[in-house]
Amino acid sequence: MTGPQVRLTDTTLRDGSHAMRHQFRPDHVRSTVRALRAARVPVIEVTHGDGLAGSSFNYGFSATPELHLIDVAVAEAGPALIAALLLPGVGTVEQLRAAVDHGVGLIRVATHCTEADIASQHLGLARSLGVETVGFLMMSHMIEPARLARQARIMADAGAQCVYVVDSAGALLPDDTTARVAALHAELGTDAQVGFHGHNNLAMGVANSVAAVRAGARQIDGATRALGAGAGNSPTEVLTAVFDRLGIDTGVDLGLVLDAAEETVAPYIEREPVMDRASIVMGYAGVYSSFLLHAERAAHRYGVPSHEILREAGRRRYVGGQEDLLIDVAVALAEDRSRAHPTDPTDREVAHNDPTS
Amino acid sequence: MSLPVAIVGSGNIGTDLMVKIHRSADLELVAMVGVDPASEGLAQARRTGVPASSGGVDWLLTLDPLPALVFEATSASAHLAHHSRYADAGIQAIDLTPAAVGPFVVPSVNLDQHLTAPNVNMITCGGQATIPIVAAISAVTPVSYAEIVASIASRSAGPGTRANIDEFTTTTARGVELIGGAQSGKAIIILNPVDPPMIMRDTVYCAVDPDADRARISESVHQMVQRVADYVPGYRLAAPPQFDDPRPGWQGRARVTVLLEVEGNGDHLPPYAGNLDIMTAAATAVGERIAAARAGVAS
Repeated sequence: MTGPQVRLTDTTLRDGSHAMRHQFRPDHVRSTVRALRAARVPVIEVTHGDGLAGSSFNYGFSATPELHLIDVAVAEAGPALIAALLLPGVGTVEQLRAAVDHGVGLIRVATHCTEADIASQHLGLARSLGVETVGFLMMSHMIEPARLARQARIMADAGAQCVYVVDSAGALLPDDTTARVAALHAELGTDAQVGFHGHNNLAMGVANSVAAVRAGARQIDGATRALGAGAGNSPTEVLTAVFDRLGIDTGVDLGLVLDAAEETVAPYIEREPVMDRASIVMGYAGVYSSFLLHAERAAHRYGVPSHEILREAGRRRYVGGQEDLLIDVAVALAEDRSRAHPTDPTDREVAHNDPTS
Repeated sequence: MSLPVAIVGSGNIGTDLMVKIHRSADLELVAMVGVDPASEGLAQARRTGVPASSGGVDWLLTLDPLPALVFEATSASAHLAHHSRYADAGIQAIDLTPAAVGPFVVPSVNLDQHLTAPNVNMITCGGQATIPIVAAISAVTPVSYAEIVASIASRSAGPGTRANIDEFTTTTARGVELIGGAQSGKAIIILNPVDPPMIMRDTVYCAVDPDADRARISESVHQMVQRVADYVPGYRLAAPPQFDDPRPGWQGRARVTVLLEVEGNGDHLPPYAGNLDIMTAAATAVGERIAAARAGVAS
């Protein structure tokens, strides 16, 4: 057998963009790619947290244009593949072409788990441009395994070489993960691989990744120091250690990936992802992890607790991308509060959650 | 006297348009055209006394007299095949597809400039919902950048939209610039499958000078919402306009956020499908204004 049994994709420089408020600079990207490449991490994703063209009022503006960051990454990548994420409805084929022109070798096309068919155009184009493809079914906890498998089939038929079960809300437990990955594996057979992308809102990222591999997944996402949305992703360095202990070959050098996490990534992190109340509420209520910082900002702006905004977003079943509607929720909660407590404009919790402090 | 009009396309959009045109005193539906003999839209047209045929545009052009105006509710490729035939026959066309042969029109913003154009395009549902707001803010203060986010019910997004979702984002962004008056524009669309389906929501963000007159911006937005609601009754603000002072990354600009909700009229399509209703309602409004202009009535 050639190659590792499980391929790790490190998304520090994409999912971590959320935790970094999209403020990655060229020096962050250069040092991170250099360290990950040295550790033989095979795939490194570099994009705005919300994918190509995600830089916006709605999701936060990038400090550095993403194509510039991609250029820096490609120059350092050596044998590692640089990946870029695209959300149809946010990014377009124009940005996809540009990313490939700049040396991206893997395009990951993400949709909400019930909307796979909006990715067909982009998956098809990526294949025709000769790059590797992944379909990314976000918020996979929201539908049953059989239905998820049918959506995976749509992506595979459109050209995805691997389809991911994406636990955007960090809501899946290991048995849920097993059921979904197994359903996709049974549906796709040899037509496409299955992948898993975890979040740690309920501390299940690594456990779910192990369950996924045992159910047939061959591609697993991680982020060094868990740097990602919500309580972060499955830490790449922990995945490496755990798979090593399980005798599952990832091809990644444990000592060097530990160095990358500790010496390269940790020093530039402004805000280490933690399992705090808001993150746990997201996992528990099934809320898109990227909403966290937006909810905190709206909480600060409108004087309402962020975990209440997130709970309400879960109740309304908002999906990834609907960050604008968190403002709407906050305005409504603030109105409710001013009616209930007309003389109490402050809230200790709000001060605690102030993202600008 | 009402203007004789025809609908080409007997699917959901064409059928919803039929209900609205039947209600209009200024327009008289003289023909409904499809390509599928089993089309429910054609059957419904016949039940309401409208001549209907699955013979396509070939059949339409045999009518005597010809309609003065045609509403194209097919697809971009079909309209590209039809538009010159309408023009040659002297029939004005209101295009609800993304073909964009004629100029973009938003009834509350720029229709007066295009009442005699042989072909006008209705842009996109998100464009009809958000461009009026960008224009209302541009009318008060320069908008260096406008960004719109349209959230629609998954069930209201048809196969055409799904197969080419980029068409929505690029066309809407262009409309935000050309008709909305923003120096640069961006559009985002999100499909949400929640059940019961969510009513269409749109958010408009505009980058403006921090010293811009916020009271005047608010007033202009409120007036525009009223003007759109005159032809789209379910169009409303979900919250008053929100103002944010400049933040890092905003290049010194302040931000206006306008949160909109578009509930459909429930004519043929269910009320959550505000995205489809605003297209047919806006197209009907364009037809009525053309009819009034042709009748020599000052609009």
